[in-house]
Amino acid sequence: MADKVLMKGNEAIAEAAILAGCRHYFGYPITPQTEVAAYMAKRMPKIGGTFLQAESEIAAINMVYGVASAGYRVMTSSSSPGISLKGEGLSYLAGADLPALVVNVQRGGPGLGGIQPSQSDYFQATRGGGHGDYHMIVLAPASVQEMAELTVKGFELADKYRMTSMILADGTMGQMMEPVALDLDIKPAPEKPWATRGTGMKRPHNIINSLSLVPEELEQLNLERYERYHIVEENETRFEEYMMDDAEICIAAFGIAARVSKNAINAARKEGIKVGMIRPITLWPFPKAPFLKATEHVKTFISVELSMGQMIEDVRLATECRAPVLLCNRVGGMIPSPDQVLDSIRKASKNGGND
Amino acid sequence: MVVFDKPHALTDVPMHYCPGCTHGIVHRLVAEVIDELSIEGKTIGIAPVGCSVMAYNYFNCDMIEAAHGRAPAVATGVKRADPENHIVFTYQGDGDLASIGMAETVHAAARNENITIIFINNAIYGMTGGQMAPTSLPGQVTQTSPYGRDPKLCGYPIRVCEMLSELEGPEYLERVTVNNVKNVKNAKKAIKKAFQNQIDGKGFSLVEVISACPTNWGMTPQAALKWIDDKMIPYYPLGVYKDRSAKEAE
Repeated sequence: MADKVLMKGNEAIAEAAILAGCRHYFGYPITPQTEVAAYMAKRMPKIGGTFLQAESEIAAINMVYGVASAGYRVMTSSSSPGISLKGEGLSYLAGADLPALVVNVQRGGPGLGGIQPSQSDYFQATRGGGHGDYHMIVLAPASVQEMAELTVKGFELADKYRMTSMILADGTMGQMMEPVALDLDIKPAPEKPWATRGTGMKRPHNIINSLSLVPEELEQLNLERYERYHIVEENETRFEEYMMDDAEICIAAFGIAARVSKNAINAARKEGIKVGMIRPITLWPFPKAPFLKATEHVKTFISVELSMGQMIEDVRLATECRAPVLLCNRVGGMIPSPDQVLDSIRKASKNGGND
Repeated sequence: MVVFDKPHALTDVPMHYCPGCTHGIVHRLVAEVIDELSIEGKTIGIAPVGCSVMAYNYFNCDMIEAAHGRAPAVATGVKRADPENHIVFTYQGDGDLASIGMAETVHAAARNENITIIFINNAIYGMTGGQMAPTSLPGQVTQTSPYGRDPKLCGYPIRVCEMLSELEGPEYLERVTVNNVKNVKNAKKAIKKAFQNQIDGKGFSLVEVISACPTNWGMTPQAALKWIDDKMIPYYPLGVYKDRSAKEAE
């Protein structure tokens, strides 16, 4: 077993990215993800990499677009308002089928919002974030260890499917400190024959592009991209089940909400309530199958979120409305307490979701 | 004996530019320079959004199509990905470079990013059908300034070379035009220097090319070339606005 080091979540992301071979980071200051940039600013010059503080989030994501075009592992990180600015770039990355890693350490919104933790960018992340038909692979860590592991996984999946991977964390995940083992399972980047690194006068020119003015051709490109997305859905869906074998109540929660929920589930089990949890680790692709399967024995679902209820829509879709789905939430930078979740569980246990 | 040939750095794809448009001339000059410096194999070009959006089809080197105005940021990424082995140029119009992408332009210049920018200033948005550009002249009639550009309502046109010359960062800034043979030759000299600077590691080099858009100016090609002399050059004087190495050598 490898030695563990005590790290902040944001630092774990940065170090894991470097271990994964990322040598180019572009960012713009915003709370609560600043430690990622600070860590990169210290480390990158010492290992021959690039750290560049861009003039804006828009410039940063376009610098990412440039490095990704040249076929190198590259990342940027930001928090909610900054991710909105990156939306244009995210759409172009998808349109040009470029691999990149983008980290969103979410804070409360909308607008300037606050700087405390939130999960209210769920819609933005899982539906793409920018214009057009596309998806990103959205990974939701629930510990500092997972911040590191999913960063590595994010690069791997981005390269494999030529997509953007997004780490959807929150202020708590970014700021909390936990021991991390950094003996991560790292796969080297594959060959990228499509990259624009210069022809060397040995091959026809490569073009990185998202423009396609002939509708039949643009339709075909969209269809092909969604075929690829379908493979991602089949092969890369990740989730964790907790005490689901006999569960009659199922909590759906990710990130910090899942950690809080685990405490509440343990307390409820002591009261004899049969409750478990499905924790999506990939928010896109969403783990539909385990939720549908759970409807065989679950009478009530509870979506625990730091938002006004966003993932709850995916839970309803996945369960095909075979059982009621309740919402247990706090917003604006507030976090549901284990007691609040426990109350929701007790109510569901008594009423089966009917008030 | 071949006395005139297409540069290798240009593809065989027929260009879509209007009759009398000077994009074709500037494309050719860039391609000739790439040939003469033997850098096609290591060059990556960045196309903008605007009339030259499909420039990626016309150059034989590797090409990237950027979002509107973001070419200098994309170029920064490509250059920094492998500074020793990448020669990177952007080819941008006035709306792209001086309006929506002004921040990216100014900051790439301030960083003295070691890239080459070919800036086409024809005082109009061509691709979208002739709207007012950040470089449209006072009084100029366009689709979105149908009574002539009124500086009281929409401000004054931006002189990019003069503005950037105030920055410590950039290496080389020159404004040229291509409305006659002498000017074309001079433009090529400037473009070659802008690429040579990058090869020599000198940094940010921008060549502004005053260009003609007869279609959207509503003129014959000939009248458009004359309009450059009569109207554009008085507002946008040709010349070198910054040449750090030359100045230091003095």
